[in-house]
Amino acid sequence: MTLSLDKEKLVEMYRKMVEIRNFEEKVFELYGRNLVPGTIHLYAGEEAVAVGVCSNLRKDDYITSTHRGHGHCIAKGAQLKKVMAEILGKKTGYCKGKGGSMHIADFSVGMLGATAVVGAGIPIAVGAGLSVKLRRTDQVVVCFFGDGASNQGTFHEGINMASIWKLPVIFVCENNLYAMGTRQSRVMAVENIADRAIAYGIPGAATDGNDVLAVYETARKAVERARKGEGPTLIECKTYRHKGHSRIDPARYRPKEEVEEWLRRDPIKRLKGRLLRTNVLTEAETELFEKEALASVEEAVKFAVESPYPTPEEALEDVYA
Amino acid sequence: MREVTYREALREALREEMRRDKTVFLLGEDIGRDWGGAFKVTEGLVEEFGDERVRDTPISESAIIGTAVGAAITGMRPVAEIMFGDLTTLAMDQIANQAAKLRYMFGGQTSVPLVIRTPFGAGVNIASHHSQSLEAWFMHVPGLHVAVPSTPYDAKGLLKTAIRSDNPVFFCEHKLLYSMEGEVPEEEYTIPFGVADVKKEGEDVTVVATLYMVHKTLKAAGELEAEGISTEVVDPRTLTPLDKQTIIKSVKKTGRIVIVSEDCKTAGVSAEIAAVVAEEAIDYLDAPIKRVAEPDTPIPFSPPLEQHVIPDEIAIIKAVKEVI
Repeated sequence: MTLSLDKEKLVEMYRKMVEIRNFEEKVFELYGRNLVPGTIHLYAGEEAVAVGVCSNLRKDDYITSTHRGHGHCIAKGAQLKKVMAEILGKKTGYCKGKGGSMHIADFSVGMLGATAVVGAGIPIAVGAGLSVKLRRTDQVVVCFFGDGASNQGTFHEGINMASIWKLPVIFVCENNLYAMGTRQSRVMAVENIADRAIAYGIPGAATDGNDVLAVYETARKAVERARKGEGPTLIECKTYRHKGHSRIDPARYRPKEEVEEWLRRDPIKRLKGRLLRTNVLTEAETELFEKEALASVEEAVKFAVESPYPTPEEALEDVYA
Repeated sequence: MREVTYREALREALREEMRRDKTVFLLGEDIGRDWGGAFKVTEGLVEEFGDERVRDTPISESAIIGTAVGAAITGMRPVAEIMFGDLTTLAMDQIANQAAKLRYMFGGQTSVPLVIRTPFGAGVNIASHHSQSLEAWFMHVPGLHVAVPSTPYDAKGLLKTAIRSDNPVFFCEHKLLYSMEGEVPEEEYTIPFGVADVKKEGEDVTVVATLYMVHKTLKAAGELEAEGISTEVVDPRTLTPLDKQTIIKSVKKTGRIVIVSEDCKTAGVSAEIAAVVAEEAIDYLDAPIKRVAEPDTPIPFSPPLEQHVIPDEIAIIKAVKEVI
């Protein structure tokens, strides 16, 4: 087996995925220690989607994200420490503690923010695409959303608009099979959400969302098409979250065999296996990367934990410009 | 001074701002080449600025506003038109949860320089889905500014300010005002938000009114004047921010207040203004606060029904006499 990407890119993707996994495991742990207010929606298990897609993007390209957005932020280049500080509600977080886990944004790297209203980010991404077109730049916009969001009206309205105006937007549906606890087959008569692209006259592609190289390749074509001004693409990445919907959810609605099957298809294990088999990496190197990822996450935790909370009066700031 | 219609005044504001700033663009249903807007506000603009900047959209209110939000946070200044104020309900998440809150939720990293123009108001027999006055809903959303111009002069000056603002502005127009004429200077001007205008000075009673109700109030004031009752008519011009000082100053002078608003009485515009006066100026009042508003019904179709629920000069005169 040969891999079409160069070693540097493969290693970068591998390291980013490991970083996200370590980050999410640490968030889970901190939650257990009562250091995370509110709730959390972990990205563990879906890393190949954010990393495979964002590895095709430039710093000045845009993304929009969801309540399950930590992975998107990190994949787009946000700093771990400021993401972690935001999750802990600290003044040093990206949003000065006003957003939290579900609303992280880093405009300096084109991360236009996560919205916690399912499907609401879709027209916003379309608007960023319209802005790109009106400003005549060659940026592209990636809009991440889940299978649940594809049943919202905004999905229909937004993709239709992007299509008629040929906007440079790549709609990336992370289909993890469950909208909270509701299985896809109970709320949709189609198996492939990508098939819905037909209704808008744009290309749709369903791909293995746990295979980062497949995601990368699918996104590469869509990004290229968008950058050339040929319009949007709908990509569906079939994936699975390792944990429940949110911190309180033990996910009993998922059959044990199904969970085990998907854990066998873990995107990091799969990439690691391929990189070892093709001699791109050695065991020693993967161990080193694992250690380094853990170290940078620990550093982020230290920064976040030691950071001050905002002063109460700051609640009154930033309402208006 | 020359006179132009409210519609023309709005169009002049759009044209001048689009010429001044290339990031300003318009989007909405039927605003472009084949129609010029349901109320013709944008008529003729496509000829000067083209389809790209005077952009017809599908009938997708949520995506119209969502798209405007996305453009606003990436360097543009969109002016979105929602054909009827009633239809803003279809875009409520994008208005109230996205446009209004993104700056705050993201800790001030971004601003949302967006204008949403939409007509409210009854009086043309188009029933419950095209006649409501929902301004108060938007006063309840922190992060939005709410403008309510009642004259061509105010419409132009406030719209120019709205377009230049870095905040999302919910810009309320009124169907019955579009053809109304008024003085508008040739030269450039803007009107700051949060500055009420005393439309008529008086001594005995303060009447606060907005949008089309300003004109009914002025007419009522003329009749009251003939009976020897002097009213001061205060038009807030923007509901958020609200110029409390001008209202309170007037109440201190007259000792009496009537609030006239076309929206439903319960939790409406008049309720908020009454609360402000009760909280901050009750010691100056010589009579209870009186409100004239829609009696908490949907807007009916048939002319006698519609006329019955919309505040008129008779109701305003009656309310003023009750506090004298």
